[in-house]
This record gives sequence, C-alpha cells and structure tokens, in this order.
Amino acid sequence: MWPTDRWRRLQDSAAPDRRAPIVTRSHDGRRWVIGAADAAAQGLGLRAGLPLAQAQAMRPGLTVIDADPAGDAAGLRDLAGWCQRYAPLTAADPPGGIRIDSTGADHLQGGEAAMLADLLDRLARSGFTAQAAVADTPGAAWALARYGNRPLIMVPPGETTPALAPLPVAALRLPAETVAALDRLGFSRIGQLAEAPRGPLARRFGAGLMRQLDYARGTVFEPLEPVPPRALIRQRLTFVEPLATAEAFATVIERLCRAVCAALARRGEGARRLDLVCERVDGTMQLVAIGTARPVRDAVHLARLLAERIETIDPGLGVEAMTLWVPLAEAAAAGQGDVLAPGGGGADLGPLIDRLVARFGAAQVYRAAPVESDVPERSVARVAGLSPSMGRSWPAALPRPLRLLTPPQPVQAMALLPDQPPVAFTWRRKRHRVRRADGPERIFGEWWRRDGEMRAVRDYWAVEDEAGERFWLYRSGDGVEPETGNLAWFVHGIF
Amino acid sequence: MIQPIQSLTALRQTLSALERRGATKTLGAARALGATLPFGIDAIDRHLPAGGLRLASLHELADTGPALEHATAAGLMVAGILARLPGPVLWVAERADLFAPALAQAGLAPDRVLFVNAPRAVLLAMEEGLHHGGFAGVVGEARRLDTTASRRLQLAAESAGVTAFALRRSRTIRDPALADPIAAVTRWRIARLPSGPPVPEAPWVRGLAPALWRLDLIRCRGADPASWTVEACDATGRLRLAADVADRPVAATARQRRAG
Repeated sequence: MWPTDRWRRLQDSAAPDRRAPIVTRSHDGRRWVIGAADAAAQGLGLRAGLPLAQAQAMRPGLTVIDADPAGDAAGLRDLAGWCQRYAPLTAADPPGGIRIDSTGADHLQGGEAAMLADLLDRLARSGFTAQAAVADTPGAAWALARYGNRPLIMVPPGETTPALAPLPVAALRLPAETVAALDRLGFSRIGQLAEAPRGPLARRFGAGLMRQLDYARGTVFEPLEPVPPRALIRQRLTFVEPLATAEAFATVIERLCRAVCAALARRGEGARRLDLVCERVDGTMQLVAIGTARPVRDAVHLARLLAERIETIDPGLGVEAMTLWVPLAEAAAAGQGDVLAPGGGGADLGPLIDRLVARFGAAQVYRAAPVESDVPERSVARVAGLSPSMGRSWPAALPRPLRLLTPPQPVQAMALLPDQPPVAFTWRRKRHRVRRADGPERIFGEWWRRDGEMRAVRDYWAVEDEAGERFWLYRSGDGVEPETGNLAWFVHGIF
Repeated sequence: MIQPIQSLTALRQTLSALERRGATKTLGAARALGATLPFGIDAIDRHLPAGGLRLASLHELADTGPALEHATAAGLMVAGILARLPGPVLWVAERADLFAPALAQAGLAPDRVLFVNAPRAVLLAMEEGLHHGGFAGVVGEARRLDTTASRRLQLAAESAGVTAFALRRSRTIRDPALADPIAAVTRWRIARLPSGPPVPEAPWVRGLAPALWRLDLIRCRGADPASWTVEACDATGRLRLAADVADRPVAATARQRRAG
C-alpha cells in the first residue's frame, strides 16, 4: 500500500476519501494490470496483478493512478532515513518495506513495544498504513509484518521458529514459481517445510529455498544494506600533492564551504556545527570544529570561521585530503526574536558572535543572566549570546560592586560585634580606615545546595575608606552563633 | 549667551566633518559623525567642543590611584553612558571579574551586554566589534594601548559609527604606559573623593551617599583640560554635579576652582 499511501500524501487535501478505493496501474508487457491496491480496494477483492480491465468491470469509477516505481523507491529510501530516529541502521526494503536493526537501540525509546507503537502512530498520522514486527531475524520480522494477523507483532527472543510455523511459505520471500511448486507438493506452511528433510528439498528447489529458510530462522546471518545517514552533509577533497601552507588550506576550506552550503541550501538548512577533518600523509587526522550561534549557510562566513582556526592545524609532512562535515544542521529560520537586536537597523550579531566564539571559545562569549540566588557569586549565570531574554534583572536596591573577587580575599579587620562595620581593615598589606559604611545585608547559606551552608550566614557591608575607595566586605557568621561562621572578614568586591 | 555657543558648535562640527570627509565611508557613518551624547550637566557639556560626548569615536577612561587595577569608577561611568544609548553593547575584558548586577544598577540592562573574555586580544575583539557596526558601544578593558592601535580603533569607530571606550587597567599605580599619547578623542581620569553623609541635613545618619568622583578631562581635541566634581551615575546612568559637600577635602575644592 506504499504507492497509494504515498500518492495520497502527495495529493494532500486533494486526495480522495480513504473509503474510495485506489489502485495503481502498470504494464506487464501485454496489458495493464493493478500494481498496488489500497486497503479499500483490497476489501473489494482487487489485488495486485489483476488485469485492470477486469478490475474496472468489477468496480466502475475506480480511481486509477500510474505507478511510479522510481518515485516509490526514492520515497522509501527517504522514509528509511527518517526511521534513523529509532536506530542508526535502517534500510529500504522494496517494494513497500523498511528494515530497522534495532539491536541495542530500543531501550532509548522505552523498549521494543513502545518503539513500534510510536513508529506506527507517527506513520498513521502521516497517512501511511503500516504493520510492524520485531523478531530475532530480519527474515522472520519480514514474514510476520506481511503475513501476520496483527498490525504489531513482537516475537520474544528464541521463539522465532514456532512463530513462523503457521505462516504460508510465501512469507519466506520466495519466487512465485517456487511457491506454486511447493503448493503442488503439499507444502503450504513454513512449519511443514521446516520439518521436512533438507536434502530432497534442496535437490528439488536449489539452495535458494534453504537459504531463505535459514535466514528466517536465524541459522544463517542475513546482512542489511543500510541507507547512509541522511543528516550528514559531507564534502571531501583529496590532493595530488600534500598541502602544508595556510594559504592552500584557506583555498580548500573556501571550496569545501561553497559545496557544503550548496547542499545545505538544497535542504533548506543551515549548519550549527562544522567539523573539518584533515587527513595527514602519516595517516593521522587533525580536527577543526566550529559552532555557530544560529543556522548558517553563508559560505563566506563559514569559511572565515574555519580560516580563523587554520593556525591550529598541524600539517606535519602535509595534508592529503580534507573532509568537511556538518554534524549538526537545523532548519534555517530567518530573524527570530533577537535579544541583542541592534538599534537603528544594524546588522545581525550572529556572524560576529560566531567569529568571536571561533577565536576565543564558546565559554568566553556570553551574556549575563539573573539567577534566583541571594549568594552573590551564584546570582549571575552565563548564557549564550543569542539566547532568549530573561526579561528580568537583579534587585536594584541592594548595593553591588562592579568587580567581584573570586574567591573572596581574607582581610584583617577590627569591628565591634555583632552588627558594627569594621573600623579599619588591612587588605594586601594596606590599611584602610573605614569612614562610612552601609549595612549589614545578611545573606543566608543555601542549605539545599551544600550541607556546609546549613547554618552559614554572611553579613555584607559596603564601606568607604578615607580616600573614597569603596569595598564590599563581609563577615562570615552573624556575630552571635558560632556555627553560622568563624567571624573572619573578607573583601568580596570593589565598587 | 546660548546663541554664540550653538553657532560655534555648529562651526566646529562642520570643520570636523570637512576634516574627516576622506575617512568617511558610509552614509551611516556620516550621520553618526558629529552626533553627541550630552552629559546633562551644563558645565561639562558647555566645555566639550561638540556639546557632549562625541559618538562614533574612541574615548579613554581610567581610574587614578589604586583603583586603576579595577577600573571601577571608569567602568561605571562607561556603563552610565551606554545606558543612555540604544542598542546592544560589546564588553571585552582580559578576565571575567565584572559583576553584571552593578552594570544593571547603572542602567545597563543585562540583556543588552555581550561579554567577551579575550586574554591578550582585547583590541582585536574590540576592532572586530566596531567593524560589525551593530553595537551602540564597544568597551575594552585594555592595559596596553599605543598610538597605532588606538588610531585603528578610532578609525574603525568613525567608519562604523560606533562609540568605543578604552577602559585602562593596570596593577601598577603609576603605570607609565598610561601617559603615552593615544588617538582617543577624549581622555578622562576619574579619582575617588570621600563622599559626604547620605543625608546632609542629618550628618549623624549612617550609610553611604552616592560615590563622589573627580572627573578630569586630561585631553580633548578642541577643548582645554578641565576638572569637575560629580556624583556617580544613578540608576538611569546620569551623573550629577556634586552639591557642596560638607566634609570635602580642601585640595579637591581648590583644584576644581583652578580648572573651572
């Protein structure tokens, strides 16, 4: 039903109702026959291979569309690529099947049952009728998905042979003439075939029949030809002469970027990450990775980002091939609500942020965002340059210094307990006499973060010395209870 | 009184525009050229040739004395200036000791500031930011700044129409590097002064009044060096000429008189 479902999907809202039968027609060399029939048509007894004239006589007004084998195959490959969301190894299995090797991947989806249910649900929402089966071998899963009596079949490990036994021999993926010959000999179920002696059957039907049976039962391993992962755009250039100069690298990077951006443009995507792999003559690899603040497919910009990092490439005896990958691409959406929107119609900040990140590292380019914490060093978080606005700020009434010392530096201070500012303090061997002070601002430890802060208290003072210099001092402890702190004084910031 | 000053300002603007016509590249830059941001303090705005802080050019600020290491007064003054300009701000530093809540208290909201820590490459990051042209201002906490580098920054600021601020920092109190000539349009030195009581009528009330700064304009094209005593910027980034403070030291008063 893949061809008819795909056609309905392409027609979108113009497609006829699900109850209206649809068949595809193809020419078998002599006459038009039905290529594929959808569920409604099958309900009327219309099957693949039936002459079209007969079908139309049975059902006047039948919707007939031309078969498109090439389109169907390509669509199936795309669908197999889409299925890589479940497991990395997937393959198209024409005419209407997908194979997924879910070994070791099902737990990510909450088990095999949940994975298949999700798969069928998503396909159904896209308008695809599908049946699914999980079994130990691809052959058994193939047979159960097509000839099973339920849309979702799960065969527990080791029970493949009994599960296959009641199925018709056609479920072994055999040529039609073999099926007919087996039928004449009285073999209609796989179970009968499995119990029969192998020698005479092999002599009569050749090795093919036995191979299919072994594939289904898992006594012989059947390889899978997976579709290449779709998400990765990859461009590779090899050089006759190994390259070693920065100029040569820049030229290659530019060419690779142009090719990659053309591929991105075809998909309507932009790169969020780029990996440049340089293969050296001595067989080792050098990797240059860059990230972007938002999806980019501007070749000049990407080439410039990579060029910033050329100096990190150690060419050794020379680089003989370079590959540019796009491990992470996203749909390129233009102009999302920018926080750092330039005033007066200036240019977009994304490219600049990318360049700064490429040069100084992602951790060094950031915006400050308020965090709900009274502890000063925890009240500021670093967020990415283009992350959405928090829409709030810090409490404005409390004095906060422009420079925060990390960690706070101990000072020798003289102060009256429990709630007087220091009269004088010595920091870095310099004595400051306090003339004016504002405080105390009491900050409690956040016991839910660390046990040690259970009872911790800091009393903060903003003080000004004789010269007008202002400092942010705190005393550890409230000055009364010893377990709140040891009464040591620290300077935590400079106003 | 107002009239001749206005025409003088206009004349100076015309002259500076003529001077720079060769360097001007874009229409936006031509518009930004000559645009100024007044301090909102008559005494300062009248003294400055353009009637305020000239935008789209490089300004240098530094603290004096031990505060030079942390550049706090200079930093707050820059934050106050940028708080009154629309658009995002690029703040380049050698190390990340800036505490963003203090910038917010000077009126510079956290959402507007993009911080970059660029050890040993502050000037490069600044220039990159200036060339981008989308910022209201680019701030760099630079220790080293020579004539060539400052001229590059000044040209980048002019051609992109973006205002640049060099915040000088140094661990040495009297760093000779700070005396080197640079191509900044204005050079400011900010000294701390002991502040007065928070409530002048009631000197016994404890607490802190707004910080008191002595603002020294040590170099400005088209104006003499001058000095003012101001109160640190408020939550909207505005400075205020200091009212007479009861216990201001004699030296500061004398100096202000000499300059004024």
